Amino acid sequence: MKINLNNREATFEVTDLTIAEVISTCNFTYKRLVVRLNGKVVRSEDHEITRVNDGDKLEVIHLMAGG
Amino acid sequence: MIQQIADYLRNFSVGIAGAGGLGSNCAIALARTGVGNIYIADFDIVEASNLNRQYFFLNQIGLPKVEALAQNLHQVNASINVVSFNERLTTDNIPEFFAQCNIIIEAFDKADQKQMLAECVLQKIPDATLIMGTGLAGYKTTPFQTSRFNKLIVCGDMENEVDELNPPMAPRVGIVAMMQANEALNILLKDFTLKK
Repeated sequence: MKINLNNREATFEVTDLTIAEVISTCNFTYKRLVVRLNGKVVRSEDHEITRVNDGDKLEVIHLMAGG
Repeated sequence: MIQQIADYLRNFSVGIAGAGGLGSNCAIALARTGVGNIYIADFDIVEASNLNRQYFFLNQIGLPKVEALAQNLHQVNASINVVSFNERLTTDNIPEFFAQCNIIIEAFDKADQKQMLAECVLQKIPDATLIMGTGLAGYKTTPFQTSRFNKLIVCGDMENEVDELNPPMAPRVGIVAMMQANEALNILLKDFTLKK
């Protein structure tokens, strides 16, 4: 499937991944993330149960300490 | 032209969540350009160790940061309105304190607090644009980037996290604060036209 991930096209060999699977496939390793799927915030506890479908728009923002 | 920009910006409100390295420097830039209303929230006081990167002075050590920053903002622009909130921001008070803001600058230091603020603002203040800072520690020359999404902008090097060996230092913290201020102006001035 093809999705828009952080403003870029990303292709996955399998269809029907969860957000948690996308995060681990893409090696997003930071502990704190902000995730939006099609503009809606998805909290960490829902990453395992939220499915990403072909054509979806996913944003994964890494949050790093410092400010 | 610069006066027309300042006059135009007088009607806008920007919220700043955290008055540390990012927040204090970003607020000063926005005050200099003339943003009319600046809402600042921070629960901390100015300490000597802050002066390596934050926009405070020796004689302000011990003052609440929001009070010290309000003084400094008025020293550079006496005509702006500063609204201070000397408490910890939570999901309960964020929507109310920043309700009037066109833009909210995320200027926290801890990653879990950045997450809390971002999730709260994106869900509960949908009309505001959130401008976050992430990746600014140390003194390497990692290039900075800006990612722009709907109502969400992220500025930083996306790589250098603050830890024991990688402290926050004035230049890179300042650069990200200025990137956030510039993104704010770019949004606020999108319909600005120069009058002859």
